[in-house]
Amino acid sequence: MTDPATTPFRAVVPRPPGPGPTPARPVPPAAAARPVPPTAASTPPPAPTTTVPPASATTVPVPTASSATVPVSTVPRVRVPGPGGPVPVASGSTARAPGAPAPAHPLQRHRSGRLLGGVAGGIAAHLGANVLWVRAVFVALMAVGGAGIVAYGLLWIFVRQEDARVERVVPARERQQALGLAALGLGIGLAASALGNSSLGWIVGPIGVAVVGAALVWREADEAQRRRLTGGGRRAGWRAGLLRVLLGALFVAAGIAVFLLGRLDLGQVQFGLLAVLATLVGVAVITVPWWVRLVRDLGEERSQRIREAERAEIAAHLHDSVLQTLALIQRQSDSPREVARLARGQERELRSWLYGGAVQGRAGRSGAAPTPGSGAADSLVAALAAAAAEVEDTYALTVRPVVVGGDRALDAGGEAGTNGALRALVLAAREAMVNAAKHAGVDEVSVYAEVEPDEVNVFVRDRGAGFDPDAVPADRHGLADSVRGRMDRHGGTVRLRTAPGEGTEVHLRMPTAVSAGQAAAEERTA
Amino acid sequence: MSGSDGSAGGPVRVFLVDDHALFRSGVRAELDRGVTGSGGADGAGAGGDVTVVGEAGSVAEAVAGIAHLRPDVVLLDVHMPDGGGAEVLRRVRPTQPDVVFLALSVSDAAEDVIAVIRAGARGYVTKTISGRELVDAVRRVRAGDAVFSPRLAGFVLDAFSDRPGAAPPSDPELDRLTRRERDVLRLLARGYSYREIAGELFISVKTVETHVSSVLRKTQLSNRYELSRWASDRRLV
Repeated sequence: MTDPATTPFRAVVPRPPGPGPTPARPVPPAAAARPVPPTAASTPPPAPTTTVPPASATTVPVPTASSATVPVSTVPRVRVPGPGGPVPVASGSTARAPGAPAPAHPLQRHRSGRLLGGVAGGIAAHLGANVLWVRAVFVALMAVGGAGIVAYGLLWIFVRQEDARVERVVPARERQQALGLAALGLGIGLAASALGNSSLGWIVGPIGVAVVGAALVWREADEAQRRRLTGGGRRAGWRAGLLRVLLGALFVAAGIAVFLLGRLDLGQVQFGLLAVLATLVGVAVITVPWWVRLVRDLGEERSQRIREAERAEIAAHLHDSVLQTLALIQRQSDSPREVARLARGQERELRSWLYGGAVQGRAGRSGAAPTPGSGAADSLVAALAAAAAEVEDTYALTVRPVVVGGDRALDAGGEAGTNGALRALVLAAREAMVNAAKHAGVDEVSVYAEVEPDEVNVFVRDRGAGFDPDAVPADRHGLADSVRGRMDRHGGTVRLRTAPGEGTEVHLRMPTAVSAGQAAAEERTA
Repeated sequence: MSGSDGSAGGPVRVFLVDDHALFRSGVRAELDRGVTGSGGADGAGAGGDVTVVGEAGSVAEAVAGIAHLRPDVVLLDVHMPDGGGAEVLRRVRPTQPDVVFLALSVSDAAEDVIAVIRAGARGYVTKTISGRELVDAVRRVRAGDAVFSPRLAGFVLDAFSDRPGAAPPSDPELDRLTRRERDVLRLLARGYSYREIAGELFISVKTVETHVSSVLRKTQLSNRYELSRWASDRRLV
């Protein structure tokens, strides 16, 4: 805070990080407010906070003594980062440290943080002067036959506008001050024209009103364009914007009407009106292609942006997943098992990303799985796919679940007994997969699930070693406990088909129409 | 295609269509290995071996190459830049109905699988299939049978299942599976081989093959909603 007394504009210019004239200051989070709408002027000076007056307070700027003389010193110095993130250095006319040499500042109208056309701010930045004085000069010039408004208008028209990326924040109070000055200048001009009784006065008065109206409309158009470019805030304040446009149009119409009535020649008025009408129609017809092109360009630009966003998303995903896995695979290239595991996991992940998740079969979707270990799977297909993925990852073999008959929520609300039963079914199936992976000595396990209205069947099959069920020692848990016990508790059945050398198939059958009481009883006994 | 000389005749001449050269060379190597290796462990007998007679990386190359080389079996990638496997099928089949196509793809999407089957492929296997199984599959389609991976069997079962509220089939002969066909498909989806299915259902392998071929025909010709929708989702029908 080098210069708290006068801070008309805070210019925050994006530039590469580095030592600037002033060190960057931290940004208060509350300062992330949009610049104040230009017409919200007659509210009392707010306490030194960054709250902006509501945009809907669209009143005509009225010159009040208080708003024109509010000291700026109480205004907090806030800074809003530009859309690209925090911007390091402030380079405004007054944000410079005292005594530092002025940086070269071409004359450019300010786009952000301006009140009317950004002319005064631009000149102030160019000259290194306080914007308040620049504005005062314009006001003073108004007394000289309205020269101030002419000068302002010409500058507005001919001075280039600065880069759209520049963001600066004008404190509400300073804005009110500037509005007061503008209104004062307008009043002075009108008074001068009325007193002077010169032909210039007749022109400056009504024309001035019309110019103010036009300025309002133009400004709103600029603002709307900026909103569209920045992509946000489209809805916010459109009503206020409409009001401003209407108000501006009213000003223009009133100004022109007064000007014409001042002539008091009805014939000329009629002629003038006709001429204006003809000109308007002519301009409209002539510019039709331009409007059409504008609309088309906008549409193209929008779709282009959408495409680019999609592309960026795909690139980001591929980078995060596939490229990382490929890098890992290169580093682990001496361990075929690990490479296979990585490739399998990545393939699964990419598939689910490409083809939209775990739902295969009915919806025409396919593939596996949410990431292994995510216990969040809440449908039967997703849970089975997740279990298969986990087994794949843990035991480095391929498990490809095929599900027929549509999906089923694990916690189906309608059938009370279904809840635990389907979860138990998935867990039992997972245990069967693990068994196959551990003992069968194969690199592929088939899992087939068939969902029927009143029961779900899961087959877990391998073509591996097989075993003699009777010869399994009694102290081995796997199938007996995890599979059979689980299924029994929920009213399901297990059928085991195996023989040494002929592979193993575990058939899990779970009826899903168990009554609630029965299921609860089974839960208790379990 | 006579359908009876498959397992007994000379080497099966295979043509590879895939836009990834790396994958083509991999399949070529695997097919060679499959011949010299355990080969013919299942079903179709170990009579003829498999030779890759040509490759193509695009639809145009494939059409020209197939016309020139007249292979027995074309291994066809589903996804290619200029139209994909279905385009090859559309352009080759009218002039060379004897050439048999086996689709080979990484895609698990029903749209892809069903679309290429309906375009005329006699089978569909995923690219993760082992070399031995691929050789078996090639022999099987060469012999005139259909090759259903478990996933394809699942898709077809799903497509032919009767859902509540679905419109009644317009052509029962084509739009319904017989009970036996359903049993066979179910076992296929469970990962059974044809021989295992035959043993399970107490029928001959030949009968299993007949059932599967019949299912393939229905899959290709039926107007069931799922089938046509899946296929039209890819604008391949």
